[in-house]
Amino acid sequence: MEEVAYAEKTLKEIRTRGLFLERFLKFSFGFWALFAGLLFPILAGLILLYEARLAIEKFGFIHFLTYTNWDPVAEDFGALTMIFGTVVSTILSMLIAAPVAIGIAIFITELAPNWFKSIVSTAVELLAAIPSIIYGLWGFFILTPIMATKVEPWLQEKLGDVPLIGKLFQGAPTGVDVLTTSLVLSIMIIPFMASVVRDAFNMVPPIMKESAYGLGATKWEVIRQVVIPYTASGIAGGLILSAGRALGETMAVTFLAGNNPQIPKSLLDSFTTITVALANQFTEADTDIYLSALYYVGLLLYLVSFTMLGIAKFMVLRLEKRWKV
Amino acid sequence: MSRKIRRKLFSNFMLFLSFITAAYGIFWLFWILGSLFINGFKYLSPELVYLDPTPAGQEGGGLRPAFVGHLIITSLATVIGVPMGIMAGIYFAEYGRNSKFFMTLRQITDIMVSTPSILMGAVVYAVLVRPVGHFNGFSGAVALALLMLPVIAITTDEMLKLVPKEMREAAYALGAYKWQVIKDVVMRAAKVGIMTGVILGVARIAGETAPLLFTSFNNNVLTFDLRDPMASLTVTMFNYVMGPYHYWHQQAWAAAFILTMGVLLLSILARVLLHRNLLEPLFYIVRSITGKKGG
Repeated sequence: MEEVAYAEKTLKEIRTRGLFLERFLKFSFGFWALFAGLLFPILAGLILLYEARLAIEKFGFIHFLTYTNWDPVAEDFGALTMIFGTVVSTILSMLIAAPVAIGIAIFITELAPNWFKSIVSTAVELLAAIPSIIYGLWGFFILTPIMATKVEPWLQEKLGDVPLIGKLFQGAPTGVDVLTTSLVLSIMIIPFMASVVRDAFNMVPPIMKESAYGLGATKWEVIRQVVIPYTASGIAGGLILSAGRALGETMAVTFLAGNNPQIPKSLLDSFTTITVALANQFTEADTDIYLSALYYVGLLLYLVSFTMLGIAKFMVLRLEKRWKV
Repeated sequence: MSRKIRRKLFSNFMLFLSFITAAYGIFWLFWILGSLFINGFKYLSPELVYLDPTPAGQEGGGLRPAFVGHLIITSLATVIGVPMGIMAGIYFAEYGRNSKFFMTLRQITDIMVSTPSILMGAVVYAVLVRPVGHFNGFSGAVALALLMLPVIAITTDEMLKLVPKEMREAAYALGAYKWQVIKDVVMRAAKVGIMTGVILGVARIAGETAPLLFTSFNNNVLTFDLRDPMASLTVTMFNYVMGPYHYWHQQAWAAAFILTMGVLLLSILARVLLHRNLLEPLFYIVRSITGKKGG
């Protein structure tokens, strides 16, 4: 009888301990999940907002967005040059990267023999693993001189006299400009884009492709009329996702943009972006309002990239959902 | 007939174009890695690791503070970031699977993976640097840990998803508590996958510069004190590339070479780990089929 009572007691102890651990662990895991997905993004945004309050009060919203002067000495700040630079370099790099990334995805999923497939996807993944400062350093030491002495003069010679387009190639070719920056940025985002598009392509049910082949379609017709329409939202999501990455890219751009707060008139002008301004000027900001203005552009970057990535996520998810049903 | 040939030709032409794009991607990879090898290897020397930097403009010296600081900051960030990330990932996979709220949080975490890293530096600057009054190594580690958190959380979640439901149910049927199932069944099954995620996370933060620029900053003197500014390879490279001296550029190349090799090795290691794990069931099936045929 005593033994039974003892066993019951131990069992009860074990159970209370088990239940306690159950609750405790669920709570602590849950806290970090809440932190990662809710508190952290909100806190980061609030801190940026709080630090930017001086500049927001002083310069307002519309004025700050549309004003081109960035003068730390006169404490007169407008973010248009940076926003313009960020948008232009992102769009240009997307224009270069998008066809390449889609091509690579087609090559990997539809074309390459198996042994070569793994080589290409490894190469693309390695390209994604290289730290961004390496892109910047390589671009600055290797690509910039080549752009300045060979590529850009050649472009000027060939395209300089063409009306409209010629305007884009005015100015002294220095290599530190919009064109080089966008090129390096495009190399950086190709891997991200290619891997998202490849994943989307892989989701196309084989039976859909096979039925198109059965009707006598060529490989390209299958890709063009079955694979791409089916994965359109995934492709668009991948493109926006990489645009979101390109927006926030710092180190690859910092060496190549020239940190010149002006609206570039041609592709060969130096310029600046939000991230370049942050990287170069943050530690130099000696007055409160200067620092606050930098936080203000940082806040804008945060909001824009968060929204873009959210939209991209939504589009990719839509594709995944359709695939599940 | 000619229409058929035309379609065929056009198809081949477009496929050739896609081959060209793949070649284009590989071309850049080889160019970047090639010039990194050539320039980095040329300037590599043992002095780089064990000498302190000389005063600016004076040839020679090494990057000892940067190597040491980089190791300290990265490992501290790993120690802070990995447990947080794994815990969040476990919750997403094991508890939050049926909750719409937590699935939304998981998507937001996935978005946080791609937020501009320089903003993490700015946020941590406001919290941990300005109140203290000077740059410090600890804040750099925190900034990197915050960058790592979403990466680890998402990969952990993905890896736990791969564990078959039946394994969990078998453990529940034996009367196990949920935490016992997580600890003894799920985590054990997903061990390699989570390790891979951690390695990839380390590889990701080891190459980060932007969040360190205004948190741990830079230091010419070797320091182990986390309250002091601490040098890191990436920030040193940033300063040296922008600097005017030729030998700075050479040292930056060498540092870039070492850093890239480290990061690439880590990501290759992660790939190997993961693929062995993924291919194992396949091998098992192949073995069982061939074994049956033999017997």
